[in-house]
Formats: sequence, C-alpha cells, structure tokens
Amino acid sequence: MARATDTRVGLYRTVRLIRRFEQRAVDLVDTGDIVGGIHPYTGQEAIAAGVCAALRDDDVITSTHRGHGHVLAKGADPARVLAELAGRDTGLNRGRGGSMHAADFAMGILGANAIVGANAPITVGAAWAARHSGSDRVAVSFFGDGAVNQGVLLESLNLAALWRLPVLFVCENNGYATTLPVGEAVAGTITGRGEAFGIPSVTVDGADPVAVLTAARTAVRRARAGDGPSLIECLAYRFDAHHTWEHRARMRYRSDEEVHSGRLRDPVTIQGARLADAERERVDAEVESTLDEAVAFALAGPHPDPGGALDHLYASGLRPRQGGDH
Amino acid sequence: MATPVMDTNTTPTVQKLTIGKSLNLGLRAAMEADPKVIVMGEDVGKLGGVFRITDGLQKDFGEHRVLDTPLSESGIVGTAVGLAVRGFRPVCEIQFDGFIFPAFDQIVSQVAKLRTRTQGRVNVPIVIRVPYGGGIGAVEHHSESPESYFAHTAGLRVVTCSNAVDAYWMIQQAIQCDDPVLFFEPKRLYHSGNLKADVDTTATPEPLFQSRTVRQGTTATIATYGPSVKVCLDAATAAEEEGKTLEVIDLRTLSPLDLGPVYESVRRTGRLVVVTEAPSESSLSSEIAAKVQQECFYSLEAPVIRVTGFDVPYPPAKLEEHFLPDLDRVLDAVDRSLAW
Ligand SMILES: Cc1ncc(C[n+]2csc(CCOP(=O)(O)OP(=O)(O)O)c2C)c(N)n1
Ligand SMILES: [Mg+2]
Repeated sequence: MARATDTRVGLYRTVRLIRRFEQRAVDLVDTGDIVGGIHPYTGQEAIAAGVCAALRDDDVITSTHRGHGHVLAKGADPARVLAELAGRDTGLNRGRGGSMHAADFAMGILGANAIVGANAPITVGAAWAARHSGSDRVAVSFFGDGAVNQGVLLESLNLAALWRLPVLFVCENNGYATTLPVGEAVAGTITGRGEAFGIPSVTVDGADPVAVLTAARTAVRRARAGDGPSLIECLAYRFDAHHTWEHRARMRYRSDEEVHSGRLRDPVTIQGARLADAERERVDAEVESTLDEAVAFALAGPHPDPGGALDHLYASGLRPRQGGDH
Repeated sequence: MATPVMDTNTTPTVQKLTIGKSLNLGLRAAMEADPKVIVMGEDVGKLGGVFRITDGLQKDFGEHRVLDTPLSESGIVGTAVGLAVRGFRPVCEIQFDGFIFPAFDQIVSQVAKLRTRTQGRVNVPIVIRVPYGGGIGAVEHHSESPESYFAHTAGLRVVTCSNAVDAYWMIQQAIQCDDPVLFFEPKRLYHSGNLKADVDTTATPEPLFQSRTVRQGTTATIATYGPSVKVCLDAATAAEEEGKTLEVIDLRTLSPLDLGPVYESVRRTGRLVVVTEAPSESSLSSEIAAKVQQECFYSLEAPVIRVTGFDVPYPPAKLEEHFLPDLDRVLDAVDRSLAW
C-alpha cells in the first residue's frame, strides 16, 4: 500500500485499511501473537488519512502511542508494521520498537513515540532541517488532547512559531487521555494554545476525511510558502479501548450510551457513503487480501536473536559495556 | 511512628493481602492519620490508578485530597514541591517507570536540593511512587528500573518494597518522612496471589531505612531488592537441595544504603552476589560492590559478582526473559563465586 491519496476512493481505501488493520491486530493481541497489547486507532482513521493525503512522499511525520494509523497512511507497508507489532525480525524496526515505536525513515516516518508530547519538538527540528536545507518539505506532529498539557508541547509551539517553521500540529481530540475527560484536563482551549503563539488554529470534524484533508491542505500550503506553522484540532471519538488491557479490565469511565453515540459518526461509513457499492466492495476486498498477506507475513517472521542486543548501541559498533552476569 | 487510626470494630487487624492491596491500605491509613496527606497523579482518582493502587481513595477522601491531574509529570512533581513547602505531604503517582523522566528536572533540580539550598529552613516531604521493573510482557517504557538515577542524587531518599507487610508499613513511613522519598514498587508482584501475606495492622514496623536479612545461610551472600528478592529466595531454596545455604538480604533502602548486614554477612561467607533488574553500569550494584570490597577486603574469597539486566534499552516483551535475572543466572553466579 502507498501513502493515502486525496481522491474519494483513495481516502476510503486508507480509512478502511486502518480500520481493518486495527481489528486484525486486536485479534492477534487476543491470540497472544502480539505481546504487550496495542492502543487501537479505531474511530480516528479520518485524521491520519486526511492529513497524509495532503502531504508529499518526501514530507515527514512523527506520531504517538496510538500511531498505527499515521504510519499506514504515510505509506508504510502494513505487513512490516504488523510484523513489528508481533515483535518479529521482519518488522519495520526488526521487532525492537513494537507497537508504539514504528519508524520508517524511507517513507518520512520519523517514528511513533510512546512518551506523550515527546514527538513534538522532534518535528520542529525536522522542519528546521527542511527549511535550512532549502527544501519546501513540511513536518507533521500528531498528538492527542492529553499531550497539550505537557510543557514540551507548548515549547514546541513556541519554537515553531518563533522560527516560522513548516510544521503542522495535528491534535486528535478524542475526548480522553486514558480515562481523564478533556474537560477536566484542559484549561482554555486547544486552539487557544496555538493562537497564543500566533499560530493559525482551527477545529475540524475529525470523523470526516474530507474535512481534515481540506484543513490540512490549507496548512500545508502555508507551510510550504514559508508562512510558518498551523494547528489543526480534529474532533474524534475513540471507538475502542485506551489500550487493549482495557478489554479485560473494564474501567467504566465512559457510559455505554456515550460509546454508542460516539460510534455513530464513523469515518469508514462517512467516506464509504461517497462510493458506489461496487466500488466500495472492490476496495474492501483489496484491503482484506492485503491484510491476509500482512498477517501471514507477520506470523512467518522469526523472532529477533537476543544475541544481537548490543549490535546497534553505537555508530561505530562499540560495545564497551554489557552488564548481565559479571 | 504514629499508629494509623483503624476502625477496629469492622476491620480485622490481621489480613491476608497482596502487595497492591497492602499499598492501598497503607495509603488509606496514612491519609486517615494526617489530613495533610494528599494523593495526586494521572488517573489516580476516579479510576483508582492504572494498577488500582489508589482504588477507592477519592471516593472516601474526596477530590481535594485525591487529585486526577492532567498528563503533566513535571507539573505534578513541581506542584508537589509547592504543596510540600507549604505544609502538605503530597504523594505523587508516576504511572509507569518510563514516564518519570519528564519530571526528572523537578526531582533532581528542585526536590533534591531545596533543603540544602535553604539550609534546612524547609523540608520537602514528598513521596513519589513509581511502579517499576519488568516481567509483565509490556512495551517499551513500561518495564524499566531507573532507581540508580535517583540514588545517585544527594538529597533524595530511595526505598523499595518486596512483600506485602513491607508495602503496608513502608509507604506510611515514607509519607511520614520529612525528606523526599522515591518509593519504587515491584509492579509485577502487585497482584500476585502467591505473595499474599498476613499483614498485622497493629504490629510495630521495623524502621524504614534498614536492610533486612530474609534468609540465613553460610555458603554465599546475596544482596538484592524489590522484584528480585523473590527470585533470589527461590534460588536459595533450589541451592539448598545441592547442600548450599545462601544468605539473602533484602536491601529495602537504596538511598541511603544500609550495608551493615551485608558487610557482616560477607565477613562470614566470603562471597557476595548482587542481583538487580537494573543494568549494572555506574549503578547501585556498582556502588554496593565498591563499598563491600572496601569494607570486607580481607574477608572476600572471590570478587563481588553482579547479576543484572543487560546494558541495553529494555528489550521487547518476547525477549525480556533473557534480560531479567532468573533463578539459573543467580545459581550460576553463586557457582562461579565458589569456583573462584
Ligand atoms: C509522558 C507520559 N506520561 C504518561 C504516559 C501514559 N499514557 C499513555 S497514553 C496516555 C494518555 C494520552 O492521552 P492523549 O494524548 O489524549 O492520547 P490518546 O490516548 O487519547 O490517543 C497516558 C497517560 C505516557 N505514555 N507518557
Ligand atoms: Mg485523547
């Protein structure tokens, strides 16, 4: 699969791919093939699809603990992403990064990141590098509503605005940071945080890939023209658990009614309705066969050799320390 | 220490508890005993913490004493400093070991230094609770053992519990301590039914900053703490079948270290194995080895041997069994010491 494209079918293909990827990944968590669980992106697919469809292949993104969607939408091979989740040597990071740390530098994916907020300044640095090497590449930082309360995110907004860097700050407001509702965590507003630094900031419907795409195009144009960063707050609902352990430990921070009504605005249905039935079915079948192959590839891969644990600590191959038994 | 107020009419004084439940009851007792104790952290209130260690506390003590904070580690610990210097005793929960680092600046630059900087005019009685260590099949940042960073920093106290009785008392003692305490909790043992123990809430606890000999022996000494205590006790049981008796010391306090019982033991056994999940380079295990060779030089029959995590970023879940010290690695180290 390639990066999300901005056509009707292209957007549908990406949201559908992410949806089914996550559902099949959850199955592999249940069977024990993915150890440690995942943070499913289900319900937020339109954001990754809409933003990545506004990008070029040579633009870069950084992502979060809930990052499979971003990585797939930017064009990573689903088979290698899934192998990474399953901890196999054939994964994007040879099984060493896992669900929260998929990275594919060839595809402009500088890394998902499990430390909430930590990816934002890295994006700023990548944007600075683009600007100062004379390219018009842009850099996108995806983050959640929880991240906007981390100091490092505010530092990143300031730096990007101060240096007029080509950054898109994409906040996925899914209403919760783990179990804490956004209303009990965020003083002021999310767009207000951007505005305070003079960053053009908008709120869009994060369930509709076209709405996200439209906002992202404006922001990308601004960034490429040298007019600095933008912030897009995408309103969405997380359909599944915060993390798959929640499937076992029911936590009751959202009522059944809320979850039910949150799921009514489904990005896959919204974009799917823009396709003829036959068209949609053809894409669904393609996605399914891609994922069949991905699952087979992921499960066929060998586990990493523990003997290689020291191989990549230092650029020179230096192994000055080893710990263990001595 | 002040005896926590327990309602003896409804609560039996001896209960069989897991480590997790003991911590919960210990926190509860501390909050009952002192209205200045407040609990703060991510998801600690309504949810009761991702490990449920603060379960029910917000319901019973209210939102002003059990605060659900935004995702903001530096803000949480920094706020606790302000509370502490104005008379409160904040207990901060860091959700997982790997998420303490956004707060590292506050801990090292403020929490640790304030007392010295003000020449004793203020105390900083903060407890920072950290679920730590591996063995739960988790992803990166959820299995680390960062205790040495904090033990390295003068002005902080660092303790860790390995069993339910200690969990109950040590958390209360840490809260009563006038210095800042990093309180490391062995997360993989939180809910272990096998480790349920009789906790007598009317007992008199041992002092907080003391190590304890948890098994006596004459063949070799093992110094360890936290989640590795159980591993070493199991190793000692296995060694006994081979006619070796291992003396196991649960260090409990990592800063200040209480190595008196270790010195005394090594002078008898002549051999020391130090076991930690944390990697060894420039660590607590290095410190223990250095001090023991200095104090017990003429008694040592073999160099101090360390069995630790490897000096690599914590590995993915499927490889963690290779990283974590286990019974075989401990016994192997004992054999190597004996063969010296
Ligand atoms: C610095 C840090 N602290 C705590 C955590 C534990 N944690 C993982 S996800 C999460 C909530 C994140 O909320 P949000 O940014 O809204 O993203 P969402 O999970 O909703 O996608 C928390 C607290 C973490 N990963 N990093
Ligand atoms: Mg969120």
